[in-house]
Amino acid sequence: MLSLVLTGLALVAAAEPMLTPPEPARRAALTHLVLHDCGSCHGLTLKGGLGPALTPAALAGKTAEELRATILNGRPGTPMPPWRGFLTEAEADWLVRALQRGELIAEK
Amino acid sequence: MKRYLGVAVLLAALLPGCATLPRGSGDLGVVVERARGNVQVVETTTRTRLARVEGLGDLSHASVVYARDQRYAYVFGRDGGLTKVDLLRGAIAKRIVQAGNAIGGAISQDGKIVAVSNYEPGGVRLFDAGTLEPLAEIPAVGADGKRSKVVGLVDAPGHRFVFALYDAGEIWMVDARDPRQPAVQKFANAGRQPYDGTVTSDGRFYIAGLFGEDGLALLDLWQPGQGVRKVLAGYGRGTQPLPVYKMPHLDYIAAAGEQLFVPAVGRHELLVIDARTWTERARLSIAGQPVFVVARPDGRHVWVNFAPPHNDTVQVIDTETLKTVRTLKPGKAVLHMEFTPRGEQVWVSVRDDDVVRVYDTETFAELAALPADKPSGIFFSARAHRIGQ
Repeated sequence: MLSLVLTGLALVAAAEPMLTPPEPARRAALTHLVLHDCGSCHGLTLKGGLGPALTPAALAGKTAEELRATILNGRPGTPMPPWRGFLTEAEADWLVRALQRGELIAEK
Repeated sequence: MKRYLGVAVLLAALLPGCATLPRGSGDLGVVVERARGNVQVVETTTRTRLARVEGLGDLSHASVVYARDQRYAYVFGRDGGLTKVDLLRGAIAKRIVQAGNAIGGAISQDGKIVAVSNYEPGGVRLFDAGTLEPLAEIPAVGADGKRSKVVGLVDAPGHRFVFALYDAGEIWMVDARDPRQPAVQKFANAGRQPYDGTVTSDGRFYIAGLFGEDGLALLDLWQPGQGVRKVLAGYGRGTQPLPVYKMPHLDYIAAAGEQLFVPAVGRHELLVIDARTWTERARLSIAGQPVFVVARPDGRHVWVNFAPPHNDTVQVIDTETLKTVRTLKPGKAVLHMEFTPRGEQVWVSVRDDDVVRVYDTETFAELAALPADKPSGIFFSARAHRIGQ
């Protein structure tokens, strides 16, 4: 029985992450974080700086999982820090999708 | 003729709005409004805004140097924009977009050349300070054969510019006496991932802060033949640095007597260097990871701001006792601090509160709160006469 439950949980975890978008106020706060704090390395228009560009075209070759892992865990050996602690995993998923669609600049 | 001129001056004085009398510019400055791509022209004597200049492009990492007449500010934008702003007219005098992605700039000893450091394409470009006509391009191709992002560009005596190559880990010194044929001297293996650089106020020592290792790279510009040496190597004593949520900056080295104060990367510490021996004299525990460390012009205090999540705080450190004498909470996202030329006031930009706060540096009383749209860098015209700024 326990194993069935665990298998069930594993299946849920492996599935496409549920994308419940954050509430509007939190969405605005996340957009602000991306443009102003991430923007100090990636540029206010996300066209890059010390860090690479985060435009839809620049992210085209990367999977959502890679991007999510980079946001949450950072990239050792580079200045990219882990943002886990500032963001939940669901929020990171929302950010990845918003970046891939180029929505954050429009939301400014 | 003289009499007519006298009448004209009198008329101008009597008819405000028709014409303004000439004024000096030694008490002026600019405040960058990063999100909207504007700069405010401000005046520190009565703490007022004189003008807002719009249309400077992406100012998400903007910096400013001044013409030696203190009338013109050169604003370096993230998007490669180089804008010459006339402080007295409150207007753009000239603007070009000179690269895809820029990080900063410098002006030569004689005020005739403006140099811009670029990330994309990585290198330095020289321009005529009067016309902004291009003079030369110095591609930053490191010993690894790859083009590198350029950081920490400063001027130095002898018509020189000095900068660091972030990706290649090199320091380059450029003799720009002939600005169309600049002569480059390269110092490889300067250190891993230099993130910024600065010079001492006499222009003798160039110091690059390193992100990729604990330590600083030091080049004696009086004795460049001796090469770059590493100072304060291993200051982390083998401990892992914390994640860095905002890069420290070495805008202008904080000096007090024979002590220099520099940020420790990824640590809640300030490093105090003995400037005679270039060894560590002390390390100070502070409220968070330092971003800017600036000395009051008399060297009595050092003011520090911090990376997120401690970016609501400013600490003031006594350079004699090395103790924190005041902790201020100016507001959300403190980005920059700039002293008036003799240091009686400091202006502090608070990005998320859309305000610049002005403090009395003796009493710490708030003297003014000036509205500004997402303010970041504050640059006063006194920089015009300082080496390395």
